[in-house]
Amino acid sequence: MIKITEKSIDVQKIIDTVSSLSAGALNVFIGTVRNNANGKNVLWLEYEAYETMAVAQIRKIMDEASHRWPLLGWAVSHRIGTLKPGEVSVVVAVSTPHRKDSFEACQYIIDSVKAAAPIWKKEVFEDGEEWVSARPEMMKA
Amino acid sequence: MYKYRIIAFGITKELLGGRETIIEIKGQTVGALRTALNERYPQLLNLRSLLIAVNNDYADEDVLLGSSDEIALIPPVSGG
Repeated sequence: MIKITEKSIDVQKIIDTVSSLSAGALNVFIGTVRNNANGKNVLWLEYEAYETMAVAQIRKIMDEASHRWPLLGWAVSHRIGTLKPGEVSVVVAVSTPHRKDSFEACQYIIDSVKAAAPIWKKEVFEDGEEWVSARPEMMKA
Repeated sequence: MYKYRIIAFGITKELLGGRETIIEIKGQTVGALRTALNERYPQLLNLRSLLIAVNNDYADEDVLLGSSDEIALIPPVSGG
């Protein structure tokens, strides 16, 4: 299941989707909004996605992951819109027969989603805002 | 001249002044489009990277553009 959503992510619901009676492991990665960046307080984040391409890229990632590990169930859910510190921004869940595969697959999937899915976040501070990673470090004010 | 519709996301949406931009360029490749965009919007050169996607996939510079292709600017991603 791949989902890009403006609604808050129900982690338990995702776990239920992924669970399998033949699984010995169910691994969940939950990404949350941090209240600070570069020493400044983050008031909130604005997430934006190129939805059709994000789904297409995540599907590719999952094709590769399914090829490399014996996934019994999997789900990737990413939130967009305005998120406050503490809120869940992304969830990756996989179930596999044994735990080692579940850790490896889960890490591969979240790392790949972060690297390839066209999703962006803007940090909003008390004194301004900034698209994360958009400019080289030296260009920042 | 060839006319293309570009969709922009994240910081590129702000640099181009909106989500959709129509641009007329001389060439028909991703590379030609990139050259034209850099001339028209030099601030794009200040980005850490800029990828161009065609029909929901990352495209190399030599990919040929069609008038009905969905062309998007992909500044550095920061999901998660």
